[in-house]
Amino acid sequence: MLLRAAWRRAAVAVTAAPGPKPAAPTRGLRLRVGDHAPQSAVPADTAAAPEAGPVLRPLYMDVQATTPLDPRVLDAMLPYLINYYGNPHSRTHAYGWESEAAMERARQQVASLIGADPREIIFTSGATESNNIAIKGVARFYRSRKKHLITTQTEHKCVLDSCRSLEAEGFQVTYLPVQKSGIIDLKELEAAIQPDTSLVSVMTVNNEIGVKQPIAEIGRICSSRKVYFHTDAAQAVGKIPLDVNDMKIDLMSISGHKIYGPKGVGAIYIRRRPRVRVEALQSGGGQERGMRSGTVPTPLVVGLGAACEVAQQEMEYDHKRISKLSERLIQNIMKSLPDVVMNGDPEHHYPGCINLSFAYVEGESLLMALKDVALSSGSACTSASLEPSYVLRAIGTDEDLAHSSIRFGVGRFTTEEEVDYTVEKCIQHVKRLREMSPLWEMVQDGIDLKSIKWTQH
Amino acid sequence: MAASSRAQVLDLYRAMLRESKRFSAYNYRTYAVRRIRDAFRENKNVKDPVEIQTLVNKAKRDLGIIRRQCPLSSGIKSHAQGLQQRQHAVGPGCAVWKGCGMEEPSPKIMGHLNL
Repeated sequence: MLLRAAWRRAAVAVTAAPGPKPAAPTRGLRLRVGDHAPQSAVPADTAAAPEAGPVLRPLYMDVQATTPLDPRVLDAMLPYLINYYGNPHSRTHAYGWESEAAMERARQQVASLIGADPREIIFTSGATESNNIAIKGVARFYRSRKKHLITTQTEHKCVLDSCRSLEAEGFQVTYLPVQKSGIIDLKELEAAIQPDTSLVSVMTVNNEIGVKQPIAEIGRICSSRKVYFHTDAAQAVGKIPLDVNDMKIDLMSISGHKIYGPKGVGAIYIRRRPRVRVEALQSGGGQERGMRSGTVPTPLVVGLGAACEVAQQEMEYDHKRISKLSERLIQNIMKSLPDVVMNGDPEHHYPGCINLSFAYVEGESLLMALKDVALSSGSACTSASLEPSYVLRAIGTDEDLAHSSIRFGVGRFTTEEEVDYTVEKCIQHVKRLREMSPLWEMVQDGIDLKSIKWTQH
Repeated sequence: MAASSRAQVLDLYRAMLRESKRFSAYNYRTYAVRRIRDAFRENKNVKDPVEIQTLVNKAKRDLGIIRRQCPLSSGIKSHAQGLQQRQHAVGPGCAVWKGCGMEEPSPKIMGHLNL
């Protein structure tokens, strides 16, 4: 019995050598729903896959939340997860040396993506930690002379929260408002800079509405007023060209899992010329130039480095493709559905992040209706609460439109079929939900919703 | 060593496409096939033999990556994503993680990784 199973397995392996004939990715999008048949680990049985298979998982259209690992990145990481497991800070044996060499190679890869020197890259556990180091570290170091920071209202939660905790320590923070387009007003920024401002923090590409801030101009303003400029580039690195010297950026946060790298790793760029001093948040053995103590996780940073290298090579190709798919998605939805608003400036916009508001439809109900597509309304960190996103509130979206916004993410691995399927389902469900909506009925009858006096009960 | 001939480049192209079709994950499979086609098409008019050799070497490295990664992504059982009609047939079962209930790391994989 065991012998037969082994023989069958060997036979499958032999016939599978040139590659089993795959079922071609289908044109007819039949989502089959079957029962959860427990999967056995024996490959021979699955060669004849049963028709009533498992429930299919949703299409992934939420790349701003996280991205799948690129196979090239996983390939680079595996040796360091299997055999080359040394601690890169061990100086006395080959395990340490080879691990350290890999770490330094990864550092070089990250640096070359943003035009920095490798000595300016510090590995962290992610963009959240990098943001904390940048904001709290700079503020606390220059605490004696400078007590003011500037940031925007549309920043990521970790930036806003770091600023709030600094306010509790006695710092003053100015939260710049954004215009309707989502972009800050440069004149307001200039007016907000005081003699005791130590840091300006503005994110490069917003994770909820995809708006690109004028980083080069902000960098120029900050350097002329001798204020440090930090940017949270988690959504921008590897997707749009960035150069820390051209854009006069002093600190930059990088996230691994937004650029098809592993989760749990990121980096912070800290300028050396002129030197930006930062007070370390994490004390310990002085690793990473004393700015972030703790063993550097070699497999993760190797993955981050590989992801940055792949991103550098693929940036142009990906950008062209993502722009085309994004155009397709927006055009097809907008021509079939009335009353759809795209949040954020259409011109200064990263195409892979599309935030649409569907009037007279509740966002959560649309998300639940689109159960075959993994989407989000607002950012993942705020998706637990029922409040509309603060970013949409900051750009002045009406309360009702803010509740009906959905964020579509198009990434490197998104296919045209996935976009078409998402568009088709979205149109279908929005129409269906609008049919059920009494507000929609009233609008169709020509009533202006703003003129209605809702009675109190 | 003579520069890569047209026949060798075509063989490489066919081998890469063939290997890429073995990815069980829909997104990886479609990306690999699309990227390989576009990359070879983009570079089809390159004349400089040194540049051609560089591109061929890179393609060979990528072919190695695809060969190593396909069995990994097939070996780990996961439900197929949206647009697939059937769970992609699994290649020879070699997975690295014992915890998934698969066999020991196959010598084939370890050999590829030069470990």
